[in-house]
Amino acid sequence: MYENINNNMSRETLMNKIQSINFTVIELGLYLDTHPDDQKALYFHNQRANELRMLTDCYQKMYGPLSILCPCDQWRWLEEPWPWEKGGNC
Amino acid sequence: MPDEKSKAILNDIGTEELAHLEMVGSIVHQLTDGVSAEELEKVGLGAYYTDHGVDVYPSAASGVPFTASYIACKGDPIANLQEDLAAEQKARATYEKLINLCYDDPDVLDPLRFLRQREVIHFQRFGEALNSVQEKLAQKRFYQTNNSCMQNNNNNNNNSNHNNCCSN
Repeated sequence: MYENINNNMSRETLMNKIQSINFTVIELGLYLDTHPDDQKALYFHNQRANELRMLTDCYQKMYGPLSILCPCDQWRWLEEPWPWEKGGNC
Repeated sequence: MPDEKSKAILNDIGTEELAHLEMVGSIVHQLTDGVSAEELEKVGLGAYYTDHGVDVYPSAASGVPFTASYIACKGDPIANLQEDLAAEQKARATYEKLINLCYDDPDVLDPLRFLRQREVIHFQRFGEALNSVQEKLAQKRFYQTNNSCMQNNNNNNNNSNHNNCCSN
């Protein structure tokens, strides 16, 4: 199911993948809000949401927290750049 | 909101819109970060620089600051959803104007195109929510009087009275 995830992915590639799957999950979620009985959409949402969780865990283990909710041994939340800064993935 | 679909879609689109505010703010921040006062004045941002430096200040293109008076809430689900639908179209139209002005900068153009598409999707979802609310409000309401329960109230058999009430 997760054959497209591997540990050799660069930080940028991994972040791009997370952002793109994050978008897919949100978009499917909006669709499901008004079409809750669509089994195909539900299946895709399930698949992508699981993949997103795996990729996020993988990223956070290697590169530090993506949200303040991430448990850390040392407080890495202060590390720059922030998303809106240069080199911050946007 | 009278139905669960519209509650969910309002919550989720509202959340996404706040992220859009961050995206637009980031675009403005990145375009003005490190630009000299002289350069800002040359492109017509002298007044903005005087009031705000290069901080991101939420205001209309004409300089009118954002205020809560832009947000209408009427205490009426149909009026509120129509307002949301109109807001999506106004946002789409504004993004199209911005796209016309930013044709030479792909780093600005691409996110603007993305944001424009999101407004189209939101309009679609709000339309579905509105249909759902209208259907709900148009439903005939039936009120049931539990006859068997009332009859049993006059009956001395307490057990059957209790059972009948609970099963209805």
